[in-house]
This record gives sequence, structure tokens and C-alpha cells, in this order.
Amino acid sequence: MKIVVCAKHVPDPNMPMEVDTGTKRLKRNPAQSILDPSDEFGIEIALQIVEKDGGEVVVLTMGPAAAEDALRRAMAMGAGRAIHIIDDALAGSDALGTAKALAAAIKAEEPDMVICAVESTDAYTGMVPGALAELLDLPQVTFARSLAVDGGAVSIQRATESGYQTVQAQLPALVTVTASVAEPRYPSFKLMMQAKKKPVDARDTGALGVDAGAVGESGAKEEVLTVELIREEKQGVKITDEGGDSVDQIVAYLKKIQVA
Amino acid sequence: MAKRVWVWTEVTDNAPHRGSLELLTLARALGTAEAVVLGPADADALASIGNHGAAVIHHGDDARYAEYLAEPQAATLATMAGADAPDIILFSSTPSARDVVSRLVAKLDVGIIANATDVAYDGDDLRVTVPWGAETTGTVTLNGSKPHLVQLRPKAFAAEEVGGQAEVKAVDVAIDDSTLRTRVVENVVEASEGPNLEDAAIIVSGGRGLGQPENYALVEELAKTLGGAPGATRAIVDAGWVPYSHQVGQTGKTVKPTLYVACGISGAIQHIAGMKGSKYIVAINRDPDAPIFELADLGIVGDVLTVVPKLTEQLRNS
Ligand SMILES: Cc1cc2nc3c(=O)[nH]c(=O)nc-3n(C[C@H](O)[C@H](O)[C@H](O)COP(=O)(O)OP(=O)(O)OC[C@H]3O[C@@H](n4cnc5c(N)ncnc54)[C@H](O)[C@@H]3O)c2cc1C
Ligand SMILES: Cc1cc2nc3c(=O)[nH]c(=O)nc-3n(C[C@H](O)[C@H](O)[C@H](O)COP(=O)(O)OP(=O)(O)OC[C@H]3O[C@@H](n4cnc5c(N)ncnc54)[C@H](O)[C@@H]3O)c2cc1C
Repeated sequence: MKIVVCAKHVPDPNMPMEVDTGTKRLKRNPAQSILDPSDEFGIEIALQIVEKDGGEVVVLTMGPAAAEDALRRAMAMGAGRAIHIIDDALAGSDALGTAKALAAAIKAEEPDMVICAVESTDAYTGMVPGALAELLDLPQVTFARSLAVDGGAVSIQRATESGYQTVQAQLPALVTVTASVAEPRYPSFKLMMQAKKKPVDARDTGALGVDAGAVGESGAKEEVLTVELIREEKQGVKITDEGGDSVDQIVAYLKKIQVA
Repeated sequence: MAKRVWVWTEVTDNAPHRGSLELLTLARALGTAEAVVLGPADADALASIGNHGAAVIHHGDDARYAEYLAEPQAATLATMAGADAPDIILFSSTPSARDVVSRLVAKLDVGIIANATDVAYDGDDLRVTVPWGAETTGTVTLNGSKPHLVQLRPKAFAAEEVGGQAEVKAVDVAIDDSTLRTRVVENVVEASEGPNLEDAAIIVSGGRGLGQPENYALVEELAKTLGGAPGATRAIVDAGWVPYSHQVGQTGKTVKPTLYVACGISGAIQHIAGMKGSKYIVAINRDPDAPIFELADLGIVGDVLTVVPKLTEQLRNS
């Protein structure tokens, strides 16, 4: 079983997200960027499948030089090798452009399964996985809250708005996973050291056979026209409670806004 | 010029999805609203869609659209749009809509804007409003061929009954067997008590500050006393205290109640993304510097385990 996991390098979600009003792009500080926590769930479940059934986990990212950190982290968790799509021509890609580049790299690997998170933490369009499945002509099973592989098929519990569905597809397939699918392991120091020596295969658009005009800013169909900062400072009231003595004031407030 | 606008309309068990009905309000404002319904829908469901403003309903009645995920729907939409492209196709932010639209983007090689809250035209130029994070709003457009695809957050528009009647046109596209690859084997509804989170005018949500799973009952009791619904952060959903259906936030539900009471919730940006549209926000947190206080109209620096039960008791007695 060969599994390719797509993993993004994103600004630390614990820091406020900032958009540069000049470039109209997200401010990305490499020192405060990490492997997307959403992708750790996919890496973990891929590792568990391979540990049980045999095979390999390949981690794939597209991004500037610093994105290699995300690949190293994934390899410290246990991924065997990594592919890094890196090319200045890719800057400013939209979701479809990103999917085109990722698809080219995945196609060459001929995996049994491709795993993505449901959405990235920074841009959260959630459009890359479905676009990838289409470009690779794979079935897609999405929003997995649990995932099992049995013989040549994958079966998931798919989170819906009112509960879940059981959904099945034959492999090869693309899967998107939610946080419930597995608890990511924390890499040991030893594994982190080992990950430094694992291979990262760097590829540009030429090596992938991707038309540079179809990706990056030139290929993007999405164009940001204006960016506005709307910092609303709320003039709220803050009171300190001592043993429940604030309750009268809460009740008075609820009466004032007419909900109690 | 008035635009031709399609709304991909989800119908489950003969009930049109509220998000789709909301988008018909937007579609009517932009031009001619046409609903596309792929899968079973009875006369009442179709009447309701007309009543909410669709002038035309393109209905593909094949049950296999509902039995298989995304692929047959995306293929049919691509064929329909190839034959007679509208200016724009609107999708609501639901898991199923995302599956369909993300495949459709690649099939048609057109642009997609996700997580939008408004769509307008400046002459022929598309202008889409997209909030990013808590403090930024962008105006985004799409270049390239039509149809343009936009996915909108729920609650950006109110669903309006306008008393219209739609002309129903059968979708004349055969399902290609090669698209029947991902099968829905079972559908499980996890019932929750009290009003639905998205419909509730009052939501009381709990976070990790409750300390342990049993204490979530305090949140449920306060919600019940106020006639509201209980919500949760992802932290306690992931920890298994409550089902996923309770989760409010970026990867959970977007809610817009009159009152949101946050109990033991830090106010992480991913949580705020789902509840910042609440009209009034009351937060109870032990940490005076918790980010949730920046949003709160009334902030209580205190222990949820003391304040919440007392509040419930006093409301019950008054
Ligand atoms: C605030 C913001 C809003 C945006 N809105 C739009 C929009 O509406 N439409 C649009 O076309 N573009 C949009 N973009 C650009 C878009 O984010 C980028 O093209 C991005 O590279 C892909 O989209 P995503 O991160 O939303 O992916 P998602 O589809 O949300 O990501 C899902 C999963 O796909 C995989 N994946 C995604 N990107 C990569 C990558 N570079 N390397 C490896 N794996 C990856 C990961 O597993 C990830 O968890 C936006 C960008 C920003 C900053
Ligand atoms: C990709 C991604 C998507 C996410 N999506 C979501 C989402 O949709 N929804 C969501 O909620 N989160 C989401 N998260 C998680 C989010 O980042 C936070 O981890 C989460 O919201 C924190 O939940 P919490 O406030 O319950 O817990 P914590 O952050 O641990 O906060 C607990 C708070 O309780 C307070 N407290 C402790 N004891 C008491 C007491 N006795 N009395 C009063 N206060 C007390 C503490 O001061 C603290 O502020 C997402 C994260 C990622 C990376």
C-alpha cells in the first residue's frame, strides 16, 4: 500500500492571521509557520494503515523553501520520504492551480490512496482535495471521522450536518480526513534527528511537466481586488466574579437585551 | 444586465436545505434565479423552492444522485453548464456542496471563491466579499470563462418566502456509470435534544474550562432554562464529551443567535469564526486576558463551575 499525504506549511494558527494590504496575500513568516495541524491527522492515519498492512507513506507539499520544515516534521512522525514542489512560478496559485501542481506529482507516484485534510488552516477553501480527485480521475471519500481499509476498498464514516454516513469506494481513491480520524503521535527526539536524513525530492514545474502559465499568479482565475482591515473594538463591560456575585448583573443584562 | 444565476439546491428527505433557500434570495437580487436539484424531490419540496424565489427548477430525478457521492452530480452539472452556461453557480457551505463544487472546478477549469458572504456585479464584473480571519475583508473577483463558482457561508442571507411558482424542467443528462464509484451505504442521524443549533436564538456553549465531561450538563441546563441550544468547542468535541454536531467554529457550525454565552472557552480564532456574528455575547472565563473577552459585550472573570449553576438557578426562580 502506497499512500501519498498532502501536507501544507501554514502560519501558526495560534497567531492572528494577517493579510498584507499591499500584496493582498497572507503574511507568511517562516519562523512562525508549522505543519498544518489538520494534516497531522492524515499523516497519522496513513502511518497506522501502513504499520498494519505494510507499504509506504510519502508526504507531499507545495510551497517556498521554508515549507521543507513541514515535510521534516511529517517524516519525524514516520513518513518515509517527501516530495517538495518548489518553483517561484507557483507563487499566488489559486486552489485549482495548487491542485494542478500537486496532481502532477501524485500521478508519477501511482499511489493506492491520497490523503488530504478537509481544509487547510490558513486559507480553508477546502477546494484542493476534490479538484485533485477530479484531475487524477479518482473517486473521493470525504469528511472522514473514521477510516478503514479492507482489501482493495476504503470505508469511512463521513461526518454530515446531522450525523454521519458510511461511504465506500474501491482503491485507488482520495480521502479527506477530519480531526476525529486519529490522534497524531508526537515524534521522539531520535525520530526528529533521523528525519533530517530522510530524502526530500525537490521538483519544479518543468520537472513535473506542468505548464507554468496554468499555475501561479498568471494562471489564477481568482483575483483579490481590495483588502480592508476591520478592527472592531467592542466596548464591552468586564466584571470580576467573587463566588457567584456577578449573577445578578448577568440576569439584569439578559433582561435588558430581552432574552430573559 | 440581469444575470442568470443557478443555485445548486440540496434536497434531503424531501426537505430543501435552508442554505440553498437562503441563496435563492441572493440569486433573485442578482437576476434570474434558477435552482438545480439533482436527486429525488417531491412536489412539496419543489413548491417550496419556487416559493423561495426560483423561477426555474432544473430537476434531475434519478435516485442514484443521492446514492453516490459527488461524482454523478459534478458530471451532470458540467454537462449542463457546457451546453448552456449561466453567469454564476452558487453553492452553500455544506459538506456535500463542497464535494460537488470542488470537482466541478477542475472539470470546467473555472475559478472558485469559497467562504464568501456576498456577491454583487459592477456592470459585468463580479465582486465577491470574503471575510478572512477576524479582522480582514477582501473583495475578490474571478477572471476566465463562465460559469463562475462561488460558495457562500450559511446565514449570509435570510431565506424569504416570496410566493413564486417555479417552472420545473427535467434535466436531460444520462448518468455515466463510470461516475458511480463512491457509494453511500448508510445514513445515520444523530438526534440532539432541544432546538437545532443553527435555528436557536440563544446558544450556550461550553469549552475545556468546564474541566470534565460531566460538567457539560451545566451548559445543557442553562441552555434549556433559556430555551436555547447547547454548543461546544472543538477541544471538547475531540475529547469525546459531546458529538460533532455540537461544534461551533471554522470546522463546525456557523451560528448567528441573538445571544451567545461562552462558558470556559478561550476564544481561539477557529472558534470565533463560527460565532462572531452573534448579536450579544456573554463570556465567562477565569482568565481575565482570555481572547474571548475582546468579543464579549458582557465579560465575567470567574469560575464557570460557580457562576453557571447559580445563574441557571436564579433564572429558574425568576
Ligand atoms: C484567506 C485566503 C482565501 C483564499 N481564498 C481562495 C478562494 O476562494 N479560491 C481560490 O481558488 N483560492 C483561494 N486562496 C488561495 C488558496 O488558498 C491557495 O491556492 C492554496 O494554495 C490552496 O488552497 P487551500 O489552502 O484553501 O487548500 P484547501 O483545499 O483548504 O486544503 C485542503 C488540503 O489540501 C492539501 N493542500 C492544500 N494546499 C496544499 C499545498 N500547497 N501543499 C500540500 N498540500 C496542500 C492539504 O492536505 C490541505 O489540508 C485563498 C488564500 C487565502 C490566504
Ligand atoms: C484547523 C483547525 C480547525 C479548528 N476548528 C475549530 C472549530 O471549528 N471550533 C472550535 O471551537 N475550535 C476549533 N479549533 C480548535 C481551536 O484552535 C481551539 O483549540 C479550541 O477552540 C479551544 O477550545 P476551548 O476554548 O474549549 O479550550 P481552551 O483553549 O483550552 O480554553 C479553555 C478556557 O477555559 C478557561 N477556564 C479553565 N477553567 C475554567 C473555569 N473553572 N472557569 C472559567 N474558565 C475556565 C481557561 O482560562 C481557557 O481560556 C480548530 C483548530 C484547528 C487547528
